[in-house]
Amino acid sequence: MGQITLQGVQKSFGPVHIIKGADLDIADGSFVVFVGPSGCGKTTLLRLIAGLEDVTGGAILIDGRNVVNVPPARRGLSMVFQSYALYPHMSVRGNIAFGLKMAGVAKDEINRKVEAAAATLNLTPYLDRKPRELSGGQRQRVAIGRAIVREPKAFLFDEPLSNLDAALRVQMRLEVTRLQKQLGTTAIYVTHDQVEAMTMADKIVVLNGGKIEQYGSPLELYEKPSNLFVAGFIGSPKMNFITGEPAKRQGAATIGVRPEHLKVERDGQGGWHGTVAVAEHLGSDTFLYVDAGPQGMLTARYVGELGLSPGDRVSLVPEQARIHRFDDSGKAIRA
Amino acid sequence: MATQQTQLLARTLLTPAVALLFIWMIVPLALTIYFATLHYNLLDPGSESFVGLENFRYFLTDPAFLASLQNTLVLVGSVLAITILLGVPLALLLDQQVVGLSIVRLMVIAPFFVMPTVSALVWKNLLMHPVSGLFAWIAHLFGLPAIDWFNDAPLFSVILIISWQWLPFATLILLTALQSLDEEQKEAAEMDGASALSAFIYITLPHLARPITVVILIETIFLLTVFAEIFVTTGGGPGLQTTNIAFLIYSQALIQYDVGSASAGGLVAVVLANIVAFFLVRIVGRNLEA
Amino acid sequence: MARMVTTRRKVISTVAAWLVGFLIFFPILWMVLASFKTELEAFAIPPSFLFFHWTTENYATVQERSDYLHHALNSIVIAGGSTLIAMLIAVPAAWSMAFSPTKRTKDILLWMLSTKMMPPVGVLVPIYLIYRNFGLLDTRSGLIFILCLGNLPIVIWMLFTYFKEIPKDILEAARMDGATIGRELIYVLTPMAVPGLASTLLLNLILAWNEAFWTLNLSTLEAAPLTVFIASYSSPEGLFWAKLSAASTLAIAPILVLGWFSQRQLVRGLTFGAVK
Repeated sequence: MGQITLQGVQKSFGPVHIIKGADLDIADGSFVVFVGPSGCGKTTLLRLIAGLEDVTGGAILIDGRNVVNVPPARRGLSMVFQSYALYPHMSVRGNIAFGLKMAGVAKDEINRKVEAAAATLNLTPYLDRKPRELSGGQRQRVAIGRAIVREPKAFLFDEPLSNLDAALRVQMRLEVTRLQKQLGTTAIYVTHDQVEAMTMADKIVVLNGGKIEQYGSPLELYEKPSNLFVAGFIGSPKMNFITGEPAKRQGAATIGVRPEHLKVERDGQGGWHGTVAVAEHLGSDTFLYVDAGPQGMLTARYVGELGLSPGDRVSLVPEQARIHRFDDSGKAIRA
Repeated sequence: MATQQTQLLARTLLTPAVALLFIWMIVPLALTIYFATLHYNLLDPGSESFVGLENFRYFLTDPAFLASLQNTLVLVGSVLAITILLGVPLALLLDQQVVGLSIVRLMVIAPFFVMPTVSALVWKNLLMHPVSGLFAWIAHLFGLPAIDWFNDAPLFSVILIISWQWLPFATLILLTALQSLDEEQKEAAEMDGASALSAFIYITLPHLARPITVVILIETIFLLTVFAEIFVTTGGGPGLQTTNIAFLIYSQALIQYDVGSASAGGLVAVVLANIVAFFLVRIVGRNLEA
Repeated sequence: MARMVTTRRKVISTVAAWLVGFLIFFPILWMVLASFKTELEAFAIPPSFLFFHWTTENYATVQERSDYLHHALNSIVIAGGSTLIAMLIAVPAAWSMAFSPTKRTKDILLWMLSTKMMPPVGVLVPIYLIYRNFGLLDTRSGLIFILCLGNLPIVIWMLFTYFKEIPKDILEAARMDGATIGRELIYVLTPMAVPGLASTLLLNLILAWNEAFWTLNLSTLEAAPLTVFIASYSSPEGLFWAKLSAASTLAIAPILVLGWFSQRQLVRGLTFGAVK
């Protein structure tokens, strides 16, 4: 079991409020990603749950029990650090076994569990090596092995993939997700990469300035962002925001259209007209940066190839149903 | 930024060290200040009396003070100049490709590990002795008269010995700093068409500015209180020619047993050292932030 | 072409470096050679460099005449004792400041540093009088105490900079893994800190071994370490160069070996981390 509930959790360092009151319900077995720009408090929130920091106010419940005064070791959680934090003087075996050893588990049971974990993670041939003799991806797997072997109530991941190169990151992303589904253990995963968040999460928590901006499934966030911040943060390329006259006509202070919801036409009739400033040809897609006069610079995504080059006139027609409207305070206006 | 329990533990662990150093700093210093205001001579017990700033007046107007202050400054300044002017080229040399560098390093660093009394006596007797010293023999080979080092140039002789002891220190620090110089920076300068000399002036020297400052400050702190080398070679003489402030205070305290005057002198030394320490602490402190 | 230049350059710098290194090392070498000469040869002009009658007789005489071993033992006890006690006090303090820093940590560190900058001669008088009144003059414990205090700031600083380099993440990982503070110290921190602990120990042994202000002023015979013993050769009646050399060689040999091992850490220790 690993149900985690935050109730009005606050954290300040002196006069600086890092977390300004977070409420959250994380269901057992779900994969929750904390995402947000750097400095938004996502890592601090994770460390509060881990017990590596004291909360300033509020309660953290694990399976219904308030743990704010419980030391990290007895919260039954395990953590994968950004730097992996492997013990450099211990072998892979020693690293994975350390937590079990501290818990006083019998020797042969430790061996059995360590070997099982190593097998799951393809680490068996490396069990007797030191961390410095491993590649980045292998170290990463050791860190994960160390986390899973203790069969915790939940895994906490602190930007674990940020030190890997792009190809390995995609591969590890799949492995982590697959492993978590297989074990069925609750996972909280911190990242600043919204692609990681979208691909891995059952539910995403978008944090900004120490506050939870929105909590929902990836598609909810994509389709119904509750405010400007979430709308701009989720989705790549970024959503286009248009203010002023065009927005007013839709009854909003700001309207937002995702690049993939702009229909691109050469010399088309309706919609917004503009000139192509830059065209990025990816083969499968074309990203167009269009100078659209009163609407400002707009990004459009076209599936396939349209043969446009800078200077060409185009018209961009937004899908009416996919226009997001926001009021003065940045909140989404729901129809 | 850890939890409260660890914070509490941390305070507890820090206390003994802080308390000891605090006592070590405060008690002797307070006593020195107290003694400095007394007429107090160990040869004349029972005659202690309060004399205010009389000891300071006596110490500061004593011709020996001015002479020893001058000797101290000359000694510190000369050793600094010698160790840095030789240390920079030496460090640059050791930063080149040298076959057997580790052995050369060992030879260069060795003098620093020799206890001061040993180096002073070896230099004084085996090398600088006017009749049987090696230097006298070398002078003789070139048909020059032998120099009676400790009579003709006593302060210079002391400076020479101390420079030999501190050259390794300066070299080692400068070498360490050189090795941390980004190789790509040098290559970029090379690509920009800089000659070896201008690369040295515009890239290497600015990089060495900080370590040189550190060398100056740390050496100054130790050199201000040079004692053993003078104690075993010249005993401050002939006359006052090699008496520095540290030695003057020593002789007033433990040879003339004039506690009051020696204490006043001690405070003068503390003030001098603090002027240097002020700058050193600032540099180290700035580094601590980074 | 480029290769030629490089090779030539390498030859030149190698020759130059060896020459300078030899010059700097020469006084020590000369002393060691003299220690194997007879008194007459040590004094002879012109001096003989290698072709003299090698003898170890001086080493035997040094021990017989002046009880070398007694002073060597004093040096070991005083340098070792003061270093060990300093480490015992410094390890917890440095640990605390490195891993649970507060806003005042920086000030405390700098303050500790500034105590090291106080010239010993400034407090010579009170220390001498206190030692005289408490019967600590010429005692090993007196010297251990004063050298320990004198080196404490350096020990704390060195350990602090070493501990600072141990990633905090790893200690937190241990905490997450269920290690108590005691076990964290034994299983994780200590093994990772061993290199730093060792070099701190070494450097401070060297500093304490060579300390020649307090030892000269506070000890005469009973507790006198090698610094004081060698200084006794400075008196005119002690002009036996071969024996002086033998005694000196014995006094510096162990520390030279230790020093050569610790030369890389020396910079860090003596510059308080200002130069790395």
